Amino acid sequence: MLIVTVAGVRSKSRSAAAPAAEESSAPLRPLEETETYDLPAFKTHRMDLDSLPTSTTASGAQLQEYFESMYRMRRMETKADELYMTGHVRGFCHLYNGQEAVAVGVEAAVTYEDYLITAYRNHCQQLARGDTVEGVLSELTGRVTGCSGGKGGSMHLYKPENRYFGGNGIVGAQGPLGTGLAFAAKYGGTRNIAITMFGDGAANQGQIFEALNMAQLWRLPIIFMCENNRYGMGTSTARAAASGDFYTRGDYAAGLYIDGMNVLSVREGIAYAAERCRTGEGPVYVEMDTYRYKGHSISDQGTGYRTTDEVQSMKASRDPIDQVKTMLIDGGWATLQSLKGVERSLRKQVDAAVEFAKKAPEPPPEHLWKDVLSPSASGESVVRGTLVTTGGKVGTPL
Amino acid sequence: MTLATVARSVAARAGNVWALPTLPLLGGGAATAVWGRRRAALQTVPAVNTLSSPSAALSETKRPAHDTADTFDALPPSVTLPLSTGPLSVGTAATGGTQQMNLFTAVNDALRIALETDESAVVFGEDVAFGGVFRCTQHLRDAFGPDRVFNTPLCEQGIAGFGIGLAASGVTAVAEIQFADYSLPAYDQLANEAAKFRYRSGGAYSAGLTVRMPCGAVGHGGLYHSQSPEALFCATPGLKVVMPRDPVRAKGLLLASIRDANPVIFMEPKALYRASVAPTPVEDYELPLGVAETVVPGRDVTLVGWGAQVHVLVAAAARAAAEDDISAEVLDLQTLCPWDVDAVVASVKRTGRLVVSHEAPLSGGLGGEVAATVAADAFLSLEAPVKRVCGWDTPFPLAHEKYYVPNVERCLEAIKDVVAF
Ligand SMILES: Cc1ncc(C[n+]2csc(CCOP(=O)(O)OP(=O)(O)O)c2C)c(N)n1
Ligand SMILES: Cc1ncc(C[n+]2csc(CCOP(=O)(O)OP(=O)(O)O)c2C)c(N)n1
Ligand SMILES: [Mg+2]
Repeated sequence: MLIVTVAGVRSKSRSAAAPAAEESSAPLRPLEETETYDLPAFKTHRMDLDSLPTSTTASGAQLQEYFESMYRMRRMETKADELYMTGHVRGFCHLYNGQEAVAVGVEAAVTYEDYLITAYRNHCQQLARGDTVEGVLSELTGRVTGCSGGKGGSMHLYKPENRYFGGNGIVGAQGPLGTGLAFAAKYGGTRNIAITMFGDGAANQGQIFEALNMAQLWRLPIIFMCENNRYGMGTSTARAAASGDFYTRGDYAAGLYIDGMNVLSVREGIAYAAERCRTGEGPVYVEMDTYRYKGHSISDQGTGYRTTDEVQSMKASRDPIDQVKTMLIDGGWATLQSLKGVERSLRKQVDAAVEFAKKAPEPPPEHLWKDVLSPSASGESVVRGTLVTTGGKVGTPL
Repeated sequence: MTLATVARSVAARAGNVWALPTLPLLGGGAATAVWGRRRAALQTVPAVNTLSSPSAALSETKRPAHDTADTFDALPPSVTLPLSTGPLSVGTAATGGTQQMNLFTAVNDALRIALETDESAVVFGEDVAFGGVFRCTQHLRDAFGPDRVFNTPLCEQGIAGFGIGLAASGVTAVAEIQFADYSLPAYDQLANEAAKFRYRSGGAYSAGLTVRMPCGAVGHGGLYHSQSPEALFCATPGLKVVMPRDPVRAKGLLLASIRDANPVIFMEPKALYRASVAPTPVEDYELPLGVAETVVPGRDVTLVGWGAQVHVLVAAAARAAAEDDISAEVLDLQTLCPWDVDAVVASVKRTGRLVVSHEAPLSGGLGGEVAATVAADAFLSLEAPVKRVCGWDTPFPLAHEKYYVPNVERCLEAIKDVVAF
């Protein structure tokens, strides 16, 4: 279960969820065998459409890995939803259900040497960048075992060792930040790239255009990746965007439309765009055509501005997990039965992670003023006004 | 005509070349190759390091002729700064002694040293490759190449965010915002991203960039080329805010800011760029952040200010001494966030009186914070109400600037008032 896309750098591998597949008595096709799949049509802007692939090859092992990753994500988000309802997760919580193929497909196309930064809908990117379900749910529930020690919460997950620069709460802020990361990649003389992800709503933010202009001007290796999930909170793209063809909105920059519900399509599209970036041709503005099943955040039922039919038909026809399941079964690598076993085992893992997070300790009160500024020589950051001492004198910073 | 264009035409008249031909801007594989070569060169020939070679630096034509023309041996070899934590001496004859610098030259010198001593350091902003509106970055591109000193498009929010991403990746990023007034389009990035990156990531990341910006009144700047928005940044935990009053402080504080792990807003009083001239150590030195300086010691009243206003307070203190025999102590905060509470409180406990003065408008200004802290921490020592002498609560005026700025007369009146109370 290994995906290595670029030789010689950190590879990503995650142990398969379960030996469950082996439980099935039916003889299954060896996972290393491959199959070729037609890809849904790409669309391009200022880029040669013919140079993009129309089909791709995937092994049973790869598909199994994608399935497990996406199922784990879906299950984790469902549990996060429940944890919110029971008061364990507070504040904001934006779920990724429906968009999993984007997170998984992107990681299948780049490496952990490449920078990744996104917005607040970021739980699954964190998982894809190597954190555990325990880690993510810990952060969501405000526990010291989370990546930010509970201080970031749902919107701010980070994985520095795998160059994940995490979630941003200000819509569009990650555009210029990602551009700085891309500059660092180029300045360092590496072939690494940066991917900055934002929504269809964020695509209307001025700073995305400021960043894109710099990136094109300096030919920075960066993918501006717009996840068009059709809505920015309760506003559909039709009501917010003068042009709904997001892949053309980079104007002078190359653009690429990708079916973001198909993990192979995401993998191939991003691999192509990433290679273009690596060869110094500058940024690519990617539109991921995807869909958000849940409301914007937990407080939004997601029904006031769209019909239930729309959601149902999307789930029935384009669900990213179902698509991979079908490939696995049709390819003979799995049966409905064997996949059920995998699902059962993944559900157990996620359940255990929920219990882990619930029991994990909360950060101590003195972490309130930790990490405001860098630690002083004494090893502590002390912030004026945050320390009550007997003399009534507040701590002096530095 | 904006002040920027005024400054440009002045600079052009002074012989500075502004109408430059097409420049080798960053772009395509060429830039990568340059970076690659630079790094390779640094790796293979580490011995060729201009870092600790001040005489080599001196001999280069980096400074305007009128500065280098000063007689070297007439200048003191070192400068001693009366910091609140004790005197600090910077510069020695062995490290090149001091050289007459004005504030923009000192900033330029600090940037040059930062680029020399840290191969990851980059300097960028609108027109900085050509030296910048105030010449603070002049000659740097020639010395360090277009990959390390470069122009950005006109987009302050983008510049700040770009710098934050760059800094978070581990690069030493030094951004210039052409005027502090234009930091407001960047304010979201500075206040929401730079200030909170460390906190929200539990220390996993920090955005330790430095953002330089000229600030303050200059006589004719008008509404958008005169403001001092320091209070906005001081109200944002996670940022440090620094404002020097002369070349010696500018150089040492800027080097400390660039090397500080936190995001620093470095505000340069533009009126002092040429007006403030002092023998400044040639060596690489840092002044501690968060430490105030006792510019003038005194007994009767404490005067607190920062940046150009310190000079106004010093003049007012001299008048108060001459006219009313008042002994005023002048403190320069230097770092406005986090500011040196201990130094101010200790001084007020001795003098019993406080006047705090700044160019920014009265309401919401940092002076209110200083006054409230002193009221809480030195209440029983106070012999008069604290006075604030600040800009009025109007937009920064053009025709009325002389009535707006907290000048010597207004400061003097406040000093006399609190002493007579
Ligand atoms: C600057 C800013 N404005 C508004 C918001 C509130 N807000 C949060 S998410 C959101 C919608 C963004 O939609 P989109 O970019 O499509 O992303 P999605 O939620 O669909 O993933 C809004 C308006 C914010 N966080 N920041
Ligand atoms: C937000 C902001 N940033 C920077 C400046 C300083 N500034 C004034 S004019 C100018 C150049 C603008 O060029 P352009 O838009 O081409 O207009 P032109 O002067 O050529 O008419 C700059 C950088 C400013 N006034 N406001
Ligand atoms: Mg959206």
